[in-house]
Amino acid sequence: MILALSFYLFAAVLVVSSVMVISARNPVHSVLFLILGFFNAAGLMVLLGAEFIAFILVIVYVGAVAVLFLFVVMMLDVDFTSLRKGAMQYLPLGAVIGGVLLFELITIFGAWTFAPTIQDNIVNEIAIGDSVTNAEALGRLIYTDYIVAFQLAGLILLVAMMGAIVLTLRKRAGVRSQKVAEQFARKPSDAMEIKKVTSGTAL
Amino acid sequence: MSFDIASLTLILPELFMASAGLLLVVFGAFLGNKSLASISWVSFWVFLAAIFMVLAADWSPVTIMNDMLILDGFGAGFKIMVLAGMMASVLLSLNFVITQDGLGRFEYPILMLLAGLGMLIMIMSNNLLTVYMGLELQSLSLYVLAALQTKSLKSSEAGIKYFVLGALASGMFLFGTSFVYGYTGSIEFQAIGSSVTALASGEAQALPAGFILGMVFVLIAIVFKISAAPFHMWTPDVYQGAPTSVTAFFALVPKVAAIALLIRLLHVPFAAAVDEWQQIIWFVSAASMIVGAFAALVQDNIKRLLAYSSIGHMGYALIGIVLATSYGLEAVVAYLVIYMFMTAGTFAVILMMRKEDVPVTSIRDLAGLSSYQPAMAYALAILMFSMAGIPPLAGFFGKLYIFKAAIEADFVILAVLGVLTSVVAAYYYLRIIKVMFFDEVANEEIVFVKSKSLRVLTWGSLVFVVGFILMPSPVLDFAQSVISGLLG
Repeated sequence: MILALSFYLFAAVLVVSSVMVISARNPVHSVLFLILGFFNAAGLMVLLGAEFIAFILVIVYVGAVAVLFLFVVMMLDVDFTSLRKGAMQYLPLGAVIGGVLLFELITIFGAWTFAPTIQDNIVNEIAIGDSVTNAEALGRLIYTDYIVAFQLAGLILLVAMMGAIVLTLRKRAGVRSQKVAEQFARKPSDAMEIKKVTSGTAL
Repeated sequence: MSFDIASLTLILPELFMASAGLLLVVFGAFLGNKSLASISWVSFWVFLAAIFMVLAADWSPVTIMNDMLILDGFGAGFKIMVLAGMMASVLLSLNFVITQDGLGRFEYPILMLLAGLGMLIMIMSNNLLTVYMGLELQSLSLYVLAALQTKSLKSSEAGIKYFVLGALASGMFLFGTSFVYGYTGSIEFQAIGSSVTALASGEAQALPAGFILGMVFVLIAIVFKISAAPFHMWTPDVYQGAPTSVTAFFALVPKVAAIALLIRLLHVPFAAAVDEWQQIIWFVSAASMIVGAFAALVQDNIKRLLAYSSIGHMGYALIGIVLATSYGLEAVVAYLVIYMFMTAGTFAVILMMRKEDVPVTSIRDLAGLSSYQPAMAYALAILMFSMAGIPPLAGFFGKLYIFKAAIEADFVILAVLGVLTSVVAAYYYLRIIKVMFFDEVANEEIVFVKSKSLRVLTWGSLVFVVGFILMPSPVLDFAQSVISGLLG
């Protein structure tokens, strides 16, 4: 009972906040609704028993990605109202395409036949009722059976990082940056001049 | 078979390329952009070494790493093609990147290396998850390469366009994958294949619409990568905007890897859905041939023209795939080999040409080329004749094998359409020749850059294009052995 209630609560708030993300006028509100959406999705994951994914969703998406979005939206001087101006003229076409897709999906759900082999194909990698935690179970798979995909994901991130650096980093002239080596190489004799001052005379 | 250390030796070329890429990143980070030439040469030798590793490996089919990857003769053959194309792309870029303002970054060859690795993963993947990983590794590197010339507005535009549309295609791939998984319960190729067979022979005697929808979405993503119509919209803009050496790379290699993936997808997991996918590929092939022929007629920019030309070529190659016969697939492999040689040669000539120290991109700039640079004019003319499919050059035989296979498999309409569109396409190839040989010299003459690597590529490609008629058997034997590696 409580499970069903909380499912409908999370799901309803998720759907509403997702709609608000694309319909809110103020982009900052959009991002805040996005964060609300992430929280509710995390709630759904907890209900499914996937608490590790729920935490990752909150930590990574809310903690890092959405906050970064918020900064970008606030820092960039983008006139969102003018960006949105032309969008309405595509609404009819978009609505038609969306309607056709929706119709197709409904007809597909009407004819629901699975492969007879489906039960054999779905492998329960972790025996249900096993006492291992989510994170441990994921770790067992990621670092063994799915090591190729995991390492490739690492390479993809490397490419993303290199791409971000190569496309945005440029040398600006006249920037006073700190040169540690030069600072270390400085000797007292470069900076200081020691003068003998005899008492009673001016310098 | 689960993971074991011994299977690491089987993916030696990939491990070697990945570690070489990582080492080169460190190397480049310390030495800066002046190390570009040496890093380019190192990656050239890395590709060559990887070819030898593939050649030395055992080609009998085996799945490794929890069935995520498959090693067989089909994959090995396509890997050799991709690696050879990568070597040619490095040679094509050597001179260009140094002379172009803002392009000489040490990341350039490293991104190419990682893109090449992604393509190898695509070719050898046996699981929709690894397909996606390879696809993303490849595309992400390509997006960055397209936008690499940050000072050029067009290059940034190309990068953004490619990125946005490519991300959409990736989304479609994942959407389709979720449907395929939903109906078959697996993302592993053999398991999907047997489930689809069971579905097709079940009570309904037909595949459920949901599965077909998923398959269509997966195929759309792959067809986007080979830039076949109606998913070709990004191609002309990206080819025009990207730096020319990057355009050459785009035209040469990624398509080959995507075609390999397409063939494997159609013949392993979706083999039982042959009636369904034949209609889709039939349409894509016909549309690409028509778009490639007609849209190129009005182009003035050589890179745009070659973009449409490559769309057309992919249309012809897809004919061989529609047939679903081993002879058709062999024709595809032969066609791709010939296409790679022709493209490498054409881009080598284009990359050599400069006018007032700016790379030549307009067809009108070629006016009267034969009067002051006859050798290069004849070289480009021969390559254009071959692209148009005029006998006795290699391009003609590529088309001949495809059309012959189509007629043998009773796809006469597609073959006739192919012949008609090649007649239309011949017009724009011949127009370049006409401009070079019969037009008045424009006010400024084209200067040819002295580059040994570009010259070697041009002559190598010319020797292949002209000499193919004398010795076609190596290419045909190669095609046969590659396809027998897949179909047995």
